[in-house]
Amino acid sequence: MSRTRGPGAGAAAHAAVPTAAALVALLDPPGEPGPSPALRRLLAQARVELVLTLRQGENFVVTLVLPVLLLVFFASSGIAVPHRRPSIDFLLPGMLTLAVLSSGMVTLGITTGYQRAYGVLKRLGGSPLSRAGLLGAKALSVLALQLLQVVLLGAVAALAYGWRPHGALLLAVGLLALGAATFAACGMLLAGALRAEVTLGVVNGLYLVFLVLGGVAVSISHLPGFIQPLARVLPVSALSAGLRGALSPTGRVAASDWALLMVWAAGLTILAVRSFRWE
Amino acid sequence: MIDRSGGERGADPLVPAIALDGVVRRYGRTVALDGLSLEVARGECCALLGPNGAGKTTLVELCEGYARPDRGRVRVLGLDPVADGSRLRWRLGIMLQAGGLYPALRVEEVLRLFGRFFAVPADPMGLLEAVGLGPRRRSRVKQLSGGERQRLSLAVALVGRPELCFLDEPTAGMDPTARHSTWELILALRRRATTVVLTTHDLEEAERLADRIAIVHHGRLVACDTPRALRGAGAESRLEVETAGPFDPGRLPRLPGLGRVIVTGPTTFTASTDSTAAAMASLAAWMRDAEVPCSSMRVGTRSLEAVFFALTGESLSAGDGGIGSPTEPAGVGREGGSG
Repeated sequence: MSRTRGPGAGAAAHAAVPTAAALVALLDPPGEPGPSPALRRLLAQARVELVLTLRQGENFVVTLVLPVLLLVFFASSGIAVPHRRPSIDFLLPGMLTLAVLSSGMVTLGITTGYQRAYGVLKRLGGSPLSRAGLLGAKALSVLALQLLQVVLLGAVAALAYGWRPHGALLLAVGLLALGAATFAACGMLLAGALRAEVTLGVVNGLYLVFLVLGGVAVSISHLPGFIQPLARVLPVSALSAGLRGALSPTGRVAASDWALLMVWAAGLTILAVRSFRWE
Repeated sequence: MIDRSGGERGADPLVPAIALDGVVRRYGRTVALDGLSLEVARGECCALLGPNGAGKTTLVELCEGYARPDRGRVRVLGLDPVADGSRLRWRLGIMLQAGGLYPALRVEEVLRLFGRFFAVPADPMGLLEAVGLGPRRRSRVKQLSGGERQRLSLAVALVGRPELCFLDEPTAGMDPTARHSTWELILALRRRATTVVLTTHDLEEAERLADRIAIVHHGRLVACDTPRALRGAGAESRLEVETAGPFDPGRLPRLPGLGRVIVTGPTTFTASTDSTAAAMASLAAWMRDAEVPCSSMRVGTRSLEAVFFALTGESLSAGDGGIGSPTEPAGVGREGGSG
């Protein structure tokens, strides 16, 4: 349809001549040049970000496979769970926390770090998408992935372990959103300040630390005493504890969990915005 | 939200594509641009020529809105590239010096993505054919060679049908075939009256493609003119002679019309002259009598390399990683260039 190679030009000695002629025809189709609507640019970019995230094997594993695997493992073995409560009510909030952490901090941080190294951020910033559009698209793709994670974990918990939604679901969504913002800010802070390889290492290290210390699969009260004060101020701990409260029959979230999470979200966002470098 | 401003397009063709006025840009203690002024007209192809570190990329990136000048004024299509970014970006085609493409995406996915940023993009598949990447459209970007990446980057720059293209070292890392077809594409852009600003440290490239060459050195504009005018400035002609066997030009007597003789190789020498016909006649007569067989004798003008050296005191190719092939005396034998 769009092949505009002239048959006469093809006979020319120089192979490039017909393509050059075709180029001029290509660049002048009917219709005024201009940017596409902002929403269309945003959605196109968000789609690519999401596709790329899921196409990368390790991202797929860390965001979708690992939380489900850990949920099944701990729920089936019943280790390190306070025995007064059904284990799934303890584990599901922990795995939701881990899921939001993996998509917000791990995946976003690593992919953004490498995009910065490859000049992708720079190039997109110079396109009609703009830097603001790029950030919006990243937020949208991370949210879409998190929706997928929440649905997947909820379904596994309900089908395999008889979990039923109760408590204050809206509060849980609010907490997840605040947690997502916190971890995304953390990922962007590292991606914008460190070399991509360093970001990769730091993000994976933090993930392990948060997994062990954040009350995700192991209750903080089971940790060695000297480390408990540190563990309790981590953003992961605030999110997992808050979610446990929201999803409990009382549906109450401790004010300290909200406050701690908000402080982390605000602090990390300010740091990320201040230190982010696009190149 | 929708920052379309179609009404401005071509509203005033008298507004230059680029106008830099006394632009200073520092990076730390390094002065990248030192009070540079330059104007590029609509539809013009302007080559920024200079060695690495001359300030070419800084100049281009100020125009693209990636940075602000410390002093002076930058206007692109009459707009401030930073403050008016959303009204300007869709009119520009940008090819960065390196990178800028997702390594994990397929070639066609990259071009489709950038195409979606525009209301009526150029057909992505046709564009890939035009840059010679049709057969590679399903490949991942990371599988492409350096030259293929450059060509994809060029296609990305063109997918929005820009009025003004910034091509930062468009043929760096390309093999000679790819280089020549890229030149053809840039010449096609020129015929379409797309304004092109390209940077290069390849004299042949500048001379082939550009209406005007701006020589940038230590952040300053040291010359800006057509290739022909640059070579002609203060030029004296010279004779380039090659003998069939080894020859010592010290044997040459003073001959009518022949100026200073410079040995350029075991069988080659050049001689300056203000009268090429007289110099050729007397040299040919002497060689016949002295039985020195001559295999080539031709008139050359000053090469751009020599012009560059005279203006900057530096060689373009010195200390460079070998992009391009400056061994070939640029300009010689192609008087008049392509402009």
